[in-house]
Amino acid sequence: MKAPPFAYVRARSLGEVFDLLEHHGESARLLAGGQSLLASLNMRLAAPELLIDITHIAELSGIEVRGRKIRIGALATHAEIQRSAEIARHLPLLSQAAPHIAHVAIRNVGTFGGSLAHADPAAEWPACCVVLDAQFVLRSRAGTRRVAAREFFQGLYATALRPNEILAQVEVAATGTNWRSAFVELSRRRGDYATVGVAALARKSARGVLSDLRVAFLGVGPAPALARASMAALEGKRVSADTIAAAGEALGQDLEPSADLHAAASTKLHLARVITGRALTALAA
Amino acid sequence: MRRKKEIPLEHAPEITVTVNGTIVTRRVPARRHLIDFLREELGLTGSHTGCEHGVCGACTVRVDGRIVRGCLMLAVQADGRRVDTIEGLSDSGELGELQEAFHRRNALQCGFCTPGMLLAAQDLVAGHPDASRSEIREHLSGNYCRCTGYQAIVDAVEDVLAARRKST
Ligand SMILES: Cc1cc2nc3c(=O)[nH]c(=O)nc-3n(C[C@H](O)[C@H](O)[C@H](O)COP(=O)(O)OP(=O)(O)OC[C@H]3O[C@@H](n4cnc5c(N)ncnc54)[C@H](O)[C@@H]3O)c2cc1C
Ligand code: FES
Ligand code: FES
Repeated sequence: MKAPPFAYVRARSLGEVFDLLEHHGESARLLAGGQSLLASLNMRLAAPELLIDITHIAELSGIEVRGRKIRIGALATHAEIQRSAEIARHLPLLSQAAPHIAHVAIRNVGTFGGSLAHADPAAEWPACCVVLDAQFVLRSRAGTRRVAAREFFQGLYATALRPNEILAQVEVAATGTNWRSAFVELSRRRGDYATVGVAALARKSARGVLSDLRVAFLGVGPAPALARASMAALEGKRVSADTIAAAGEALGQDLEPSADLHAAASTKLHLARVITGRALTALAA
Repeated sequence: MRRKKEIPLEHAPEITVTVNGTIVTRRVPARRHLIDFLREELGLTGSHTGCEHGVCGACTVRVDGRIVRGCLMLAVQADGRRVDTIEGLSDSGELGELQEAFHRRNALQCGFCTPGMLLAAQDLVAGHPDASRSEIREHLSGNYCRCTGYQAIVDAVEDVLAARRKST
């Protein structure tokens, strides 16, 4: 189908975006890569009167390393992150997750900020940001506020973004050399949204002991959340068949999967345990 | 003090796009997709519309050298950019080897998916000459074919990669 009619404006600055949002309120939508928004307009799931194209605002783009802090602009595309040597060096979890997002032609256009603002429960970036303890920089006419990823995702497609706000950038601390990360996902076809996926990060000692473990799932709940019981079961332990089994057991407390188009709830819990084993094995390797 | 100026809204903006090397200027409705602009206004019907929500890849075209979904980009977003389609890339000869391999390997039946498939395959051939069979599958995962069962398509791309490796 075709999208319903709307007006279009190419914003040149954040100030212009704020003016437009103030003036048009809820009838306006921000347009970044359009890889979710235009698809939903084509299916007539939304009918905004105005699209505000934000892709020409320079200060929202780019990936920048300042000391231990990495700043990822909202407009960085999935492909840019996948290709970035800086990301591979400082935030390998993102490099591991990127190839799972959609397909090449969509990764070339879809943006980091668009994916986070859209907050699909099966999307890769939200779970990664929760695990990395990322800070989201939200800007509006009223000023700038920083919200931790763990508070940003509030439910199914629901975030802490207020109507007049824009997600400008994400700040993440580089994961040090003694940290290990893993990203494992199951989907029916490469590039499809995940049936279930997991992002994992831990500090690993020379003796192979894991600490500061952080594990979050995608595709199993309305929003990504830390799997705290499993994390506790693993803290200070070495990866072995026993610890993998204990972490899997604890997932029963962490996850309450709901069935979707792909799988029944019980299948999802089973698959979550399978990929947890794979992720832990990868962390230990 | 902040200047409060009216920012002009466009229902039918004028755009200038370099399509297959030719500069084209047109007024288009804001909601017009790039793929419909190419097909309906410029008569470039080689790229197809299938699902119109990003899933099938029939509408794959190149914008500024990178493959994109023509159904998930507005024509107005292509303003000031370079767009290449199956027509231009066939005429330039860039797709010649792949086209011949597709023909030889029977990698098309109805041909509906073929233009998009060729653009996605060429993206791989140009950027990833050492791709394995599974990497070929992965790169083409965003392009549906309802006829061939894919094996012949992967064979064709594999042939081109192998021939190139031999000749270098
Ligand atoms: C076939 C298909 C398969 C896909 N598979 C996956 C997948 O496996 N995993 C995955 O994660 N994604 C997948 N996607 C979605 C893709 O990753 C999108 O790029 C992403 O969800 C949205 O990013 P965008 O830049 O395209 O945003 P848009 O579509 O432009 O915007 C999405 C929403 O976010 C808002 N928005 C955008 N930017 C901002 C901002 N900076 N601040 C505030 N609000 C903003 C918009 O107003 C809109 O409501 C898929 C898409 C398609 C079509
Ligand atoms: S028509 Fe664009 S992806 Fe199907
Ligand atoms: S040849 Fe018919 S869809 Fe591919």
